[in-house]
Amino acid sequence: MGIEPGRIQFSWVSSAESTKFVQVVKEVTETVKALGPNTHFVKHEAKVA
Amino acid sequence: MLEYTDKIREIAARLLKEGTVEMVIGFRKGTVPMMNEPCFVTDAGDVDRLIWDGNCGVNLANYLMDRKEKIGIVAKGCDARNIVTHIVENKIDRDQLFIIGVPCTGMIDRRKVAAAVDGEILEVSEDGHNVSVRGQGFEKVLNRQEVLQQNCSLCIHRNPVISDELVAEEVPEQQGVDRYADVRRIEAMDPEEKWNFFDDLLSECIRCYACRNACPLCYCPTCFVDESRPQWVGKSQDPIDVRTFHFLRAYHCAGRCTDCGACERACPVGINMRVFTKKLEKDCLEKFGWEAGLTTDARPPLDTFRPDDPDDFIK
Repeated sequence: MGIEPGRIQFSWVSSAESTKFVQVVKEVTETVKALGPNTHFVKHEAKVA
Repeated sequence: MLEYTDKIREIAARLLKEGTVEMVIGFRKGTVPMMNEPCFVTDAGDVDRLIWDGNCGVNLANYLMDRKEKIGIVAKGCDARNIVTHIVENKIDRDQLFIIGVPCTGMIDRRKVAAAVDGEILEVSEDGHNVSVRGQGFEKVLNRQEVLQQNCSLCIHRNPVISDELVAEEVPEQQGVDRYADVRRIEAMDPEEKWNFFDDLLSECIRCYACRNACPLCYCPTCFVDESRPQWVGKSQDPIDVRTFHFLRAYHCAGRCTDCGACERACPVGINMRVFTKKLEKDCLEKFGWEAGLTTDARPPLDTFRPDDPDDFIK
């Protein structure tokens, strides 16, 4: 819908895989940081005339 | 088209007289040209109100949900597929229905006809190949094939998939149609282009929900857009709210949409929101080999799991 691919990620992490969870969170955080703040799909306050 | 009308009336009269059904759902002539409206006949004496021509684009499956009586329903190819979807989703029982199947040659797009002439259209008539338009001081004959709704010109299921009686011989299905050219064009865009494309597409939307109301798939007692506790989506004209509405509405139709075109037809500002549902239709076909409403014997991809379901998006 016009969102950069890196902002969405699906992972399968079992409750026993804590190290994998940490790794996934780190990776996702880095990818999103690299993309910078999201400018699309952000709702701004209604403009009042 | 005249012979279709005669046959529909004949079948409807017989069903009502014999008591096979309590009501027949079909079409009657609208009050303005090219706008036929649904018609509910309960008395065999009233069957002359029923008609058929190329302006019967409303999807009659929309009027079947949770009905208790026996119903005779006039169904073209897409209507029949939506009836199958209703049966699969337990919204109506197959035994309650007598399906009067109409082999369809496509529905006329009133916007294309209106764009082809100047001035107000007073009368539109058609034969197999041409559409004659008459208005104040003009008369014009158009090629029927060229003024079809886009979904009809791309349709490969013109004959009803289920019916109890056909009003005519089956029509030949269209061959070699490229149904997803417009979807592929959007898929090829980069995120920025996509964002701007959808912005432009939806800029006219007034959130009237005509697309939702015309859709036979949208039968939730309370739609997510009307819910306020919790409020899933903002109710304003903000472009983000408009976009959220359209994308969510489309996703609710995943694996169910038959591309009948009722949404686009109902839209007062002419938005082609079918690009969303068509993308999902294409994905369902490519990833799950699924086309909605073709059989009552298979469960749709959203309520079945197969070990070989594609999962390469999970990292």
